[in-house]
Formats: sequence, C-alpha cells, structure tokens
Amino acid sequence: MSKTKHFIDQIGLPRLIIGLFFIILIIASVPLGLPMDAVFSDILRRWLMYSILVLAMVPGIQCGISLNFGVSLGIVCGLLGATTAVELSSQNEGVGPWAALGIALVIGVVLAAVLGVLYGLLLNRVKGSEMTVSTYVGFSIIALSNIIWLTLPFKSGELIWPLQGIGLRNVINLEGSFGGLLSDPTVTSTQPFPLNYLAFDIGGLTIPIGLILVFALCSFFVWIFFQSKAGVAMSAAGENELFTKAAGISVDRMRILGTAVSTILGAVGIIIYAQTFGFLQLYNAPLMMSFQAVASILIGGASTMRAKISHVAIGALLFQGIMSTALPVVNKLMPNSMLPEVVRIIVSNGIILYALSKTRGGHQHEK
Amino acid sequence: MEQPLILSMENISKEYFGNRVLNQVSLQVRPGEIHALMGENGAGKSTLMNILFGMPVIHSTGGFDGTIKIAGEEVKISNPNEAMHLGIGMVHQEFMLIPDFTVTENIKVGRETGQPTLLSESLGKSLEIMDWESMSADARRALDLIGMNIDDYARIAGMPIGYKQFVEIAREIDKKGIRLLVFDEPTAVLTESEAANLLDIMRRIANRGIAIIFITHRLDEVMQVSDQVTILRDGELVAIKEIKDTSVVEIAELMIGRKVDKLVDQCEDTRTLSDDAIALELKDYEVDMPGEAVRGIDIKIREGEIIGFGGLAGQGKIGIGNGIMGLYESRGEVKVFGQTLDLEKLGEALRHDIAFVSEDRRGAGLLLGESIERNVIFSALQIHNRFTSRIGFIRVLNRSESKAHTQEMIELLDIRCTGSQQKTGSLSGGNQQKVCLARALTMNPRILIVAEPTRGIDIGAKKLVLEHLLRLNREQNITIVIISSELVELRSLCDRIAIITEGKINTILKPDDSDADFGLAMSGLKKEMVTK
Repeated sequence: MSKTKHFIDQIGLPRLIIGLFFIILIIASVPLGLPMDAVFSDILRRWLMYSILVLAMVPGIQCGISLNFGVSLGIVCGLLGATTAVELSSQNEGVGPWAALGIALVIGVVLAAVLGVLYGLLLNRVKGSEMTVSTYVGFSIIALSNIIWLTLPFKSGELIWPLQGIGLRNVINLEGSFGGLLSDPTVTSTQPFPLNYLAFDIGGLTIPIGLILVFALCSFFVWIFFQSKAGVAMSAAGENELFTKAAGISVDRMRILGTAVSTILGAVGIIIYAQTFGFLQLYNAPLMMSFQAVASILIGGASTMRAKISHVAIGALLFQGIMSTALPVVNKLMPNSMLPEVVRIIVSNGIILYALSKTRGGHQHEK
Repeated sequence: MEQPLILSMENISKEYFGNRVLNQVSLQVRPGEIHALMGENGAGKSTLMNILFGMPVIHSTGGFDGTIKIAGEEVKISNPNEAMHLGIGMVHQEFMLIPDFTVTENIKVGRETGQPTLLSESLGKSLEIMDWESMSADARRALDLIGMNIDDYARIAGMPIGYKQFVEIAREIDKKGIRLLVFDEPTAVLTESEAANLLDIMRRIANRGIAIIFITHRLDEVMQVSDQVTILRDGELVAIKEIKDTSVVEIAELMIGRKVDKLVDQCEDTRTLSDDAIALELKDYEVDMPGEAVRGIDIKIREGEIIGFGGLAGQGKIGIGNGIMGLYESRGEVKVFGQTLDLEKLGEALRHDIAFVSEDRRGAGLLLGESIERNVIFSALQIHNRFTSRIGFIRVLNRSESKAHTQEMIELLDIRCTGSQQKTGSLSGGNQQKVCLARALTMNPRILIVAEPTRGIDIGAKKLVLEHLLRLNREQNITIVIISSELVELRSLCDRIAIITEGKINTILKPDDSDADFGLAMSGLKKEMVTK
C-alpha cells in the first residue's frame, strides 16, 4: 500500500492520470483501424514542434516570475521575424530557404531580447501578481500585433491579402521559404548532402532529425545557462529573494534576465513551430498558445516555483500526444459531425484547467 | 490585614515538546496593586500570560500543570473568551485596533449594545440596531477614567501611537467586571512623555481597585510605579520582592543571575589587539530594519578581536549585521580596514571580505530547496568567480571542484548529512547552521559577522559551533562580530560586549563585569545614572 503511494508520490497524480489517458488513447486507436505509423509520426512531430515553446517556461519559473503567460510577446517577435524573412526571400532571389530561416531567427531573437527586458522591468513593478499581469500582457500584445499585421508595408504576394494590396493574411504558406526544412522529408530530400538527412521516413514513420537537433541544442543552451554564474544566481533569485540579496546579487536584474531569456525562447519556439507546421498563423491564432505551454510544463511535473528540462520533454509529450491522438480517435467514433472539433476544444482546455488546478502535484515535499 | 488575592497562579509548569519553559512558577497579585513581571527574553513571561489567557497554543501543546485561582476560586481557563468573562484584560504591545473605525467603535467592537427591531426579533440578535448613544456614553466614561480628552468619534487612523495605546486601555477597562489588566511592554513604543503619562494612568486604574500585571524590561519604570515585582529567569521563579524593600541593582542582578560557567574551553590566545589596526569602524551608523532599527552607532572594532552585540529583542542589535550586508537601507559611515563602503551598492561588504551568517537561517540564510553544495559555494561563486571553468565565453560551474570543496567543509564542520547533494531543507537546525557557516568560510573572510549563531540548535551543536568560531579567530586571526540574545554565549567568547538598547550602544562591557552591570545595561539604564 505504502509502496504504491510512494510510487504515485514520485510520479505525481496528475502526470499519472494524464499518462494513463494517453496510453488508453493509443491502445484505443488500434482496434479503430487508425494507421499507427501515421499516429506515431504525428505524435513525434507535434511533440518536438511545441517543445521549445514549453522550454520557454523554464527560465521564467526559475527566475521567480512564475508561469510566463506573456510568452505571446516572444511569439509575436518571432512572427515578425518570420514575416520579414518571407518578405525578403520572395523579393530577393539571393535569399534561399536557409537564409530565410536564419533571418527570421536573428530578427526574432533581437526583438525578443529588447522587448523581454522591457517586459521584465514591468514585471518587477508588479511583484506578487506576475501571473495575472503576464496574462494581460499576453492578451494585449496579441491585440497590438493585430494592428501591426494590418499595417506592415510588405509587398510579397505570399503575405498580403490578394485583393486589398495591404495587410497580411491570416495564414501564410511557408512552402516557398523555410517551411519543412528541418522536419519534412519531401522538403529535405531536395537538399544537398548532408542536409537531406534532416528528416526521413522509416516504413511509414517520419523521423524529424532536424527538429530533434534543434530541440536538443536549445535544451543544452538552457541547461548550460543554468550551470553558469548568472544561471545559478537566477535560480536563487526565484527561490529566495533575501538569500540572493545577502549574496550581493540584484534580484530585479536576475528577474529581467530570466524574463528576457524566456521571451527569446518564445520567439525561437514559434519560428520552429511554424517551419514544422508549414504555415505562419497570424492575428488571434497565438492568443491561447501560452496556455498550452503553461499546461504542458505543469503536466510535466513542474511547480509554479521550480522547473527542469525533463519536465519540458515529459509535459510536451503528454499534452501534444493526447491532442494528436484524441482527434482521430473521436473522428472515428463520431464521423461526419461537428463533435470532433468540440471535443478538441474540451480536451485541450480541460487539460489546461486540470494542470492549473494541480499545480502542486508531484511536489508535495516543497513548502 | 491580609487581603484576598485577586489572582493566584500556583506551581505552574509547562513543556513545549519536551522542552521545559516554566518550572513550578507562582504569581500572586493583590487587588489594586501594580505587579511587575520581569525577566530576559525567553524567561517565560509570555508563556505564563498565555496560560492565564487560555491561549490555544497552550492547549494544543498538551496544556500545563498547576492551578489558577481568581479571587480565591479555582478556575479552568480554556480560551481567551473565558478569561474575559472572568474579568481579565490585556493591553497588547502591538495595537489590536481597526484603523478605519472610530474610537467608540474600537472600544465597543464585539460588545456593541443593540436595540431590538422587528428584523432582529424574527431573525436573531445580530440584526439589532446599534445604540450609538449609549455606546459613545460608555466610551466617554472609559476615556474620562483614564483622563483622555480625545473625541470618541475620531478615527483611529492617523492618531499618534500614544493615543492608540490609550484607546486600547479604554477598551479593556470598559469591559464589565474587569478586575485584572495585563500590560505587555506598554512603554516600548512610546515617547518619554507619553510613557510618563501612561504610568500615571496605570496608577489611576490601580487606585480604582483594578490590579495590573506590568510586563516590562525598563527597571526605572518598575521602581517608579510598581508595588511588587516577580522575577523569572529561564522558566524558574527567582524572587518576589516588595519594591520598597529592593533596589534597581538587586533586581538587575536577579534577572541576569549567575549562570553556568563558560560554554567553551579556552584555547591558546596569542593575539595582540591594537588600537592602530582597526578592522571595522562604524560612525553614526543607522539602519532602517523594521523592528530592529539602529539609530546611530559609533564603534571601532580591532583586528583579531571578537566583539559581541547583546541586548533584548527589538532593540536593534540584529539590524547592525543586516545593515552592513546591505539587506536593509542604512546611513552613516562604515570603514573596513580603512576603506569606506558604498552603502548604496549591493554586495559591497562581501567584496571587502566581510562574510555574514544570518539570524534568519531559513530565510536569508539558506536555499532550502537546493543542495548543501549549492548553498556552500553560492556566495564565493557569485562574488569571487570561484568554482568556475570557462567554456568559450561563458563561465560554467566546475562541479568536481565545488564537490570536493563541499566535501571538505562537511568533514571540517562535521555536518551530518547523506552527502553533499542532500537538500538543506531536510537538515536539522544545527546542521543548517553549519552549512551557513561553511558558506561564510568559503568566502575566506577577514571579518565574520554571525547573528544568533546558536538559535534553535541543541546544546551539543551549540558548543561545536561556538568552539569553531573561537578557533577561527585564534588560528586564522579572523575578526568576529557576534550578535546574540544569549549573554552567556557572548560572555564565553567575546573580548568586549556592546549592549544595544533603543538602537544605540548603551554600554560596552567586559565579559567578566558583574551581572548587575549587564542587567542594568540591558534595561536601558546607564551605570552612572544609578545611585547605589
């Protein structure tokens, strides 16, 4: 009895329940006749494409601003970078897909660094209610970005509304620029060696090596950052302000740093997400993305005070795994109806609600 | 002409988790007298009062032994409400008043007089209309009794502290059948004239037959106003004296008492202290630490010296260390080996080779969720870039170096743990203190400031920590500043002991000065002011 309890304590009840749900969904998809190789390819792809956005939560939690609902700020920076890159690559012959990806990343990161610092300054003024304020920042920046999308003076036909000649479209196809470079075998196969190995099929299963590498690289960067002097100080600032101050470190500066890193990862995350997805989604599409990231890291086992990279990997797998299996399963059970879409919304928001209500799960020892 | 006692607490004993805090203590109060209750911090005054009021903290920790008699009748007081019905009231040190209410409302809160209405007849008493006239008449009567001429409809917010205190007193004496009032350090927050006024009012209340228990550490006030004094020390009853038969010096002596011999074995002393080699100098130094404010300290601490800062809680000794480390805003001049510190800059003291062991071990002292290793190396890593190696352009933690160092510290200080990766939150108090000390030592300091080094740790660990401090001083010539509430501790280790009262240095004493000297200094009196 106590052994099972210990086991549950170790894994954390929310993780256990959601993990079981995930396994049940996978098992259920076999008798329903779903193509398993496609199911697993989809799980793998969605897991990796979301994981950098989830990774963006880690520096925020560690530096003491808690769950960064305002990661949308980074997302908008990334989207600005990506749209600029698309514009440049369609107007200049010389800008190829790889250059476009590079431009998108550079612009996104620089913008996110600047805005992240400002955002950190704001959060230092509202200590104690960061989660509320960051939620509003997240929503407001999306509203602001809607205006930006409508007024950007871009000329590329891939970007703007065909009939008006001004304002960007809702959905922008990345096929002509950097879409699928890291994850889509049909794109990578046209690339020169060794880039053609960045994604390939084994049987029906797609292995996106490029995505795996990028996620590993970002995780390594975050890990090494937390081994550095600044990273150690930042973790301490998030855990115990007085202690950090006693060691002669400015807590406020560490929080700004953490917020900026989180925002930068948000920008990188959305660019990698878009290149995997193959489309840029503008306007209100990123509105609820931060909630998915927050829910993922919580399911992964993080608390609102402490998070690790392993929480990112586990959380993203569970959340996106359920999202990508639940849909086809429901589709099979109830074909030709609006129900699958309704179920998708219920499942995704249900997980978020459940994760938020169980924030302390798996961390009962912390006080 | 033996008067019956209004309160008689007999043979009261109390244990908290096997730790005896009161042992066979008795307290006898006659009607209409002012009875002073004295003792150092931790002598058991508060526990005794908690028992009298039937506070939940007493009953949830196993109750107490002994009997309480009110006016000759044995009573069982199991909650503060019952105490109130028996006619016992308390004037709190921190005011329990509602700022946005008027004086009348504050005096009558919880005991309002109401007029029945139709609604209250059918739905219960809580819907009665307030009878403001009779309430403000009551309030007026209580205020007049203590000679206060403030308006009963004035709001509490914005009133001077002295007035708030009087409202609090008025509330207590307005209670029906009040027979005994407890004043807990009532003058601690008052100015001199306010305090004199308060003593006056106490006398007036007592003359009306209400007995007063007066808890204070100010000896002069006791002499001025009390009839009798009961002195506690370490949970024991030391003496009951008629004020007219005793003197300030005698009370001071009784409070401090001849305690056990020195806590540590002396080791060889080869130091030479010189007034030319000053390690730390404070000039007109002030710190804004809430509850422990420092209000102007001047002292020169010689290199190689162990200096103690003693005094009662709340007098400001704790503020000194916290201020120097930059945890609270401070003003004045701090010189470290002749160099002036920039008090605005965080971490300035650390960069001048001062290390600090905080009194707030679980707050400023430790990262409870992190490993021993992380805690030990933290400051040295941040300030001196130790335990790092370079990977490209970033400095990264050198795990093997830091682990080896932590292991060394664990052995040196005998930290009992499962390994350097154990979280500090799961260590015992004594071992947590050693981790704090290990972090300070890792800084290789020339000056070490240690606040309350033995608070909350057992006797064995206490001795070990103190002996280690002494060895550090003797062998490595580290100048040590010890801030402690425990006089024994200071008198065992220090070369000089500065007693802090009201944010200033009262007197600087030698460890072998008499108990009376220490007692007088701690109660805020200067030696030369007392006529023997």
